[in-house]
Amino acid sequence: MSMAQHAEPAVNTPPAPGPEETDGRTVQRTLTLRALARPDVGVFLGAAAVYVFFLIAAPPVRDAGSMANILYQSSTLGIMTVPVALLMIGGEFDLSAGVAVITSALTASMLSYQLTMNVWVGVIAALIVSLGIGFLNGWLVVRTGLPSFLVTLGSFLILQGVNLAVTKLVTGNVATNDISDMDGFSSAKRVFASSFDIGGVQVKITIFWWLLFAAIATWVLLRTRYGNWIFAVGGNKDSSRAVGVPVAFTKISLFMLVGVGAWFVGMHQLFSFNTVQSGEGIGQELIYISAAVIGGCLLTGGAGSAIGPVFGAFMFGMVQQGIVYANWNPDWFKAFLGVMLLGAVLINQWVQRTATRR
Amino acid sequence: MHRNHRAAVLTATVLAGTLLAAGCSSSSGGKKSEEGNAAASAGKATTPRMTVAMVTHASPGDTFWDLVRKGAQAAAAKDNVKLVYSSDPNAGNQANLVQNAIDQKVDGIALTAAKPSAMKDVVAKATAAGIPVVGFNSGVGDWKQLGMLEYFGQDENIAGQAFGQRLNQLGAKHALCVIQEQGQVALEARCAGLKKGFSGQTDILYVNGTDMPSVKATITAKLKQDSSIDQLVTLGAPIALTAVQSLSDAGSKAKLATFDLNKDLVKAVQDGKVEFAVDQQPYLQGYLAVDAIWLYRTNGNFSGGSTAPVLTGPAFIDKTNVDTVAKFAANGTR
Repeated sequence: MSMAQHAEPAVNTPPAPGPEETDGRTVQRTLTLRALARPDVGVFLGAAAVYVFFLIAAPPVRDAGSMANILYQSSTLGIMTVPVALLMIGGEFDLSAGVAVITSALTASMLSYQLTMNVWVGVIAALIVSLGIGFLNGWLVVRTGLPSFLVTLGSFLILQGVNLAVTKLVTGNVATNDISDMDGFSSAKRVFASSFDIGGVQVKITIFWWLLFAAIATWVLLRTRYGNWIFAVGGNKDSSRAVGVPVAFTKISLFMLVGVGAWFVGMHQLFSFNTVQSGEGIGQELIYISAAVIGGCLLTGGAGSAIGPVFGAFMFGMVQQGIVYANWNPDWFKAFLGVMLLGAVLINQWVQRTATRR
Repeated sequence: MHRNHRAAVLTATVLAGTLLAAGCSSSSGGKKSEEGNAAASAGKATTPRMTVAMVTHASPGDTFWDLVRKGAQAAAAKDNVKLVYSSDPNAGNQANLVQNAIDQKVDGIALTAAKPSAMKDVVAKATAAGIPVVGFNSGVGDWKQLGMLEYFGQDENIAGQAFGQRLNQLGAKHALCVIQEQGQVALEARCAGLKKGFSGQTDILYVNGTDMPSVKATITAKLKQDSSIDQLVTLGAPIALTAVQSLSDAGSKAKLATFDLNKDLVKAVQDGKVEFAVDQQPYLQGYLAVDAIWLYRTNGNFSGGSTAPVLTGPAFIDKTNVDTVAKFAANGTR
């Protein structure tokens, strides 16, 4: 399709009449350049490059079932990356996000098992716990003025210890009991961990949730007052407070949104694997943060989008599974992952820089 | 004042929720259906109370090490021993924990030597201080040089070879060995042993063991990439249970067998989802290591005569013998 534009004979078009009268300070940029300057376009191109690369390098990727698998992997990262990105735009970040997922899953599993209740009771309780963790993180950051790095590093360690200690205390083991035969499990599984048959391909429900959450987040960011507040508190806390933005409310609620994300992913893990090991989740927080950064969210806050991180998470899932589909020597797995990600980020940055140069 | 109001409202909400929840009981599964089986207990020794330190390289929250610790606790309870358990996956930190035990002047130390060279100095210090050191689980090739009294465990390489030979009997042609922690010596040794004992082709796949959805997706991807794989080999029980889902996601007909056991895995063997599991009996390792120190202290005994290791595995658990193991696994001790 794009070939047609290139093939258009140049003879028919009269030579350009030269730039119109300007004073030289504002040069009108082409539409393409202006589109490229948007934060999410760079990452989109990076993701597309990685995708095309693996289409060529790894034949199994061309299969629709493989794409569903790659999207599944991306979605479990991506659901968390959406609120993590919003929080980063709001100028904070959360190191406890990875273990908080497991805390939520453990809460739901142990509560419903130990009290022999319908598992939905555990699911709701886990949501309350996750919101509580988010609130505490946010409240401590706002109240103490400490950097969120320190506060959430603390909660990361606390949750890691609590996950293990409480699980051991309650179940006597380091993993929870199987809850798959309990009431409410099958309906909860339908919501959090089912899959659909689309044209003969099994597609996991988390993919739909991921895209839905990203769409909602985009709408909130661009169309609502709350969205403006997020950009404002991330850009400059003091001046936004001066113009009447509720800084504390915005920051605390963003941390609580991360809690909601952790709850959702935790429920997915619980209902797809029936039991939870208390030691999981460590290191995941860095993947969420990297996916958001690749997606164009600044580490310093104040800029970014909710769509960019969708491509960021996709890129992570694509590279992680693409390496396996390409059947490369697994000893180099981590090195490949790092090189591909750096490469993708550099493409992203290069696109941005060329587009905004003049 | 305002705060108190809010707190009261919150308390009331929580209470109301609890009452509401009481009507939401599950009619199946859960704690109520779990039988309160007590773990093994066999009287108690009247020998003087002693302290034994157990220092492992376990990462927290792993079901395998849970069993080791339970075995150690059972032996300690029986032998009138105070057990001090500590662990750290980082070899340097683990050596520090051993030093800590020496400083406490314990009566014996049971330790794993996943990275033997890091343990060399502290083991020498302990022996110099007159504290007997017993090895278990890791370091089967090095315990003698390190100067340990005896060793309990499985030779991972031998276990891998036995695993491969078993696969030969079952007629597998192309095995995929899934390693959940890249570069972990014992896990790599299992796959290396498998490669040696197995006459078909062996491939290795690395997955991130702390992220289960990723484990599931990665195994699925590999099965799709290479449809000639007819045998999946996992190195831990939780990974095996996840691999069951990968097999169905990928629509693969490959068989699945695994190292290590837990109670959910026992069920999977009974259901025929997992062909067999190789058990190195972690409970036994923990139990014997503590009991050995007690025996040495009270009667001067040492198993293996200080020259040969005492092997606790590989024990094959398959459909023919799984039922005898099942009731112990339900207690969380096998």
